[in-house]
Amino acid sequence: MAPKSTRKVSRNPELIRGIGKYSRSQMYHKRGIWAIKAKNGGVLPRHDPIPKPEAPALKPPKFYPADDVKKPLVNKHKPKPTKLRASITPGTVLILLAGRFKGKRVVFLKQLPSGLLLVTGPFKINGVPLRRVNQSYVIATSTKVDISAVNVDNFDDKYFTKEAQKKKKKGEGEFFEGEREEKSVLPQQKKDDQKTVDAALLKAIEIVPDLKAYLGARFSLKDGVEPGVAWLQRILGLSLKKLGCKEYLD
Amino acid sequence: MPFKRFVEIGRVAQINYGKEYGRLVVIVDVIDQTRALVDAPDMVRSQVNLKRLSLTDIKIDIKRVPKKKDLIQAMEAADVKNRWEKSSWGRKLIVQKRRAALNDFDRFKIMLAKIKRASVVRHEIAKLKKASS
Repeated sequence: MAPKSTRKVSRNPELIRGIGKYSRSQMYHKRGIWAIKAKNGGVLPRHDPIPKPEAPALKPPKFYPADDVKKPLVNKHKPKPTKLRASITPGTVLILLAGRFKGKRVVFLKQLPSGLLLVTGPFKINGVPLRRVNQSYVIATSTKVDISAVNVDNFDDKYFTKEAQKKKKKGEGEFFEGEREEKSVLPQQKKDDQKTVDAALLKAIEIVPDLKAYLGARFSLKDGVEPGVAWLQRILGLSLKKLGCKEYLD
Repeated sequence: MPFKRFVEIGRVAQINYGKEYGRLVVIVDVIDQTRALVDAPDMVRSQVNLKRLSLTDIKIDIKRVPKKKDLIQAMEAADVKNRWEKSSWGRKLIVQKRRAALNDFDRFKIMLAKIKRASVVRHEIAKLKKASS
């Protein structure tokens, strides 16, 4: 089919829903059916159907299943990474809310293809290594660090997966010795990656006064300390409109 | 205890309830026992219940229901903005606004500053104690 250059509009404008301006005979004339017929010797042209290519002859199947099992519907959905909150951009300082490092203030680097957030302490400042973190367990502050100098392209989910442990067959002698835990040592490659990422980050952090101490301190709520309204919104998960607050529009 | 702030034409007041909460307005006319006509440079002139107004010390010199241009001129002549911001009420509001807009990082910096100030004060007190003993 030739590509449509303009959108096809009906030649019969609608007066009211269901009633067009022109009658059947007028429309016949407008559409030019008389001209098409005249070209074709008095009848509407008839096109023979396109011959279908011959399908190979199907043999009857040798095996019929005993029960008629319904086939599940086709699902072509491809999972996308979780939608990142608008307040979380590369370089944002995040507060971790759960896990070993709860309360720590941490720098956000990028979102991994699985949807998890890649963060780093930096390790020297607060002991948080390059780590994956779920967006739901994080408060985003409005403080940003400049991470244009940091290269995080070579980190992805495979970097962080645990090594598959080979199952050791326990002989009787070993069983009585008790479980020998093999200490998993952090490979040197990971330590070097941490150092390179943090070196660039630390330079950006040291420029801002007090930022290093800020990242080193844990977050806490105390009696009498009033967090800002915008902060409350994040904690309570309320929409900004409900609180009547204009800052930090998500 | 005689009253010092009156509802009169030219009295500057702050709206303390409703959509226009916190806005500084000028009373340009009194409608009846309960309502006043109120105007501000960036607001449409409207009526407001006197219960929604908190009167301030500031009064400007205007005629009954002036045109917007005249109102603005009179406010400039009386220097309402500066007088308001210098008054203790106005200063308190500015501090409140700043505190409400604080960042987590800002609160951290304030905490450090408070600790520093407290240590300086304590130093001086210790010195004075030593000197007096």
